[in-house]
Amino acid sequence: MIRVDEKGFYGKFGGAYIPEMLHPNIEELKENYEAITTSEEFQEEFQGLLRDFVGRPTPLYFAERFSNKYGAKIYFKREDLCHTGAHKVNNTIGQIILAKKLGKKRIIAETGAGQHGVATATVCALMGMDCTVYMGALDIQRQKPNVERMKILGAEVVPATSGSQTLKDATNEAMRQWINNPVDTHYIIGSVVGPHPYPEMVARFQSVISEEIRWQLKEKEGRENPDLVIACVGGGSNAAGAFFHYYNVPEVRLIAAEAAGLGISSGKSAATTALGTPGILHGSKTLLMQTEDGQVVEPHSISAGLDYPGIGPVHAHLFDVGRGEFVGVEDEDAMKAGIELSRLEGIIPAIETAHAIHALNMIEYRKDDVIVINLSGRGDKDLDTYIKWGNY
Amino acid sequence: MNRIHQLFENKKERVLSIYFTAGFPNLEDTLAVMESIQDGGADIIEIGVPYSDPIADGPTIQDSNLVALENGITLKKIFDQLQGFREKVRIPVVMMGYLNPIIQFGIEEFCEKCQEVGVDGLILPDLPMSQYLEEYKEIFERYGLVNTFLISPQTSEGRIREIDDNSDGFIYVVSSHSITGAKSGISEEQIDYFERVQRMNLKNPRLIGFGISNAETFTTASNYSNGAIIGSAFIKKVKAATNLKEEVVEYIQSVIS
Repeated sequence: MIRVDEKGFYGKFGGAYIPEMLHPNIEELKENYEAITTSEEFQEEFQGLLRDFVGRPTPLYFAERFSNKYGAKIYFKREDLCHTGAHKVNNTIGQIILAKKLGKKRIIAETGAGQHGVATATVCALMGMDCTVYMGALDIQRQKPNVERMKILGAEVVPATSGSQTLKDATNEAMRQWINNPVDTHYIIGSVVGPHPYPEMVARFQSVISEEIRWQLKEKEGRENPDLVIACVGGGSNAAGAFFHYYNVPEVRLIAAEAAGLGISSGKSAATTALGTPGILHGSKTLLMQTEDGQVVEPHSISAGLDYPGIGPVHAHLFDVGRGEFVGVEDEDAMKAGIELSRLEGIIPAIETAHAIHALNMIEYRKDDVIVINLSGRGDKDLDTYIKWGNY
Repeated sequence: MNRIHQLFENKKERVLSIYFTAGFPNLEDTLAVMESIQDGGADIIEIGVPYSDPIADGPTIQDSNLVALENGITLKKIFDQLQGFREKVRIPVVMMGYLNPIIQFGIEEFCEKCQEVGVDGLILPDLPMSQYLEEYKEIFERYGLVNTFLISPQTSEGRIREIDDNSDGFIYVVSSHSITGAKSGISEEQIDYFERVQRMNLKNPRLIGFGISNAETFTTASNYSNGAIIGSAFIKKVKAATNLKEEVVEYIQSVIS
């Protein structure tokens, strides 16, 4: 059984390794989130906003030309059509309603590429709450349009200037600011990482993805279970959502595409399951890219959203017990897959998502297998990267 | 008898603990800084084990961690530097650091090394009490290491009692809602909190830390506890020092005088 235990562990991974200063906040969340999020009142508001504001259900689209090329029945779950351009908003909608019910006045968040930051700024505008987003100073330079989107939405964007000045450091800074403002502030973590109950809570908010896949596939194929589900994994929130209702359906293969950067052994990679060892980062025990001395190593990926040295504890567990199949997709291959999807299906994907597309070339499957690829985000935010790469 | 227990048996007031980062400002300064802390008249030394992602620390300690790592410090190197330090340093010594580097070193090996070189206790801010009780307590005790927990203004009375029950060295009272090195001076609100904890008559001594920087804040904190801990302010002194030993001694004397 793949599921979280009462202490917040998935097998060996998870838990809540946090300074005592955050203990009351985490305890408050742990004690309340389940009762609140399963209440009828919460569900009504959550489902209503997912439908009318986010635009759910997102289509499950049969990709005919792609299917012909790869010799399988390939469906795309169109999370790229969500408001704000990616699946991230499923989680921020859930967490902001929760924050309101907990009486919080202020929201903080971390962001890498800016997608989670934009999704957070969006729901804060929607609910009239103050919003501060921590973002690595280097990422602020690399992702200018998303920085401006957040500002237009009324959020304050604060540069994280420590360390490598990317997602990891933005997360450190958000945690520090939560320690400094523990009473009135809720921290909306954007992935299935962080101390328990965050990984499970975020996965549940994202589980709407596989919930919809089940009934949509039933309508189209007469069966709820595909043969394979493929998703990209940085921290792993879109993958957790796409896998959630299939964790314990052994006939469904779960394929996770990690960012191998310039190559797994190049020293410029973010393929955590290939390069990581068990360790503790941002409050949970998970697989982590680190030195022998336990210092966290800087990852590299062309996609800012996969540029993270850890992985959600649930994914570390899927890897550990062999339930998930993990492949490492290199920068160049991901870019080419993005172009291929654009040309064959008229969809320019986010570069994160393009990693999942390329995974098709790295795994074996049977002719006529039903494959669902989670199209987690659209490529608008990545135009600069596509242009700089230039090979189209 | 553990040096921490011995200290608090003999001294109940104005206990001063100094935190510094190992391998900072220069790789080989570790021992010199420790000797100077003792020479200045402090009662406890906290050796900070540098980590790439210190989430409870403000800019001063973050920077010192980064510099020390760039200098090439590792936990293994720290233990090398500490070989034989008990010939010169008599006062209690505590290792303070985040869990990950220690786990990678190996918990058992780490504790064994601590005992071998003469370390008396541990402060691991991201080791939760539940995990400590389940997995670590027995090992720490086997190697004679006293574990210290933190409490903050947010910590409930019930939890403070639980922490007190599971401690046997001292309790680290975090002075405000903050990471290390924040704020200057001590507010009325903080004093209310210090008094609230003081009235609980805990069995363990209490040292107040975070935001303590000089004689005035040290004295105020000591009025409501058994003493205080200085970290960031000390790191700033060390960083700016041109004559390390002399200036460390002077600074500590200025705090306790």
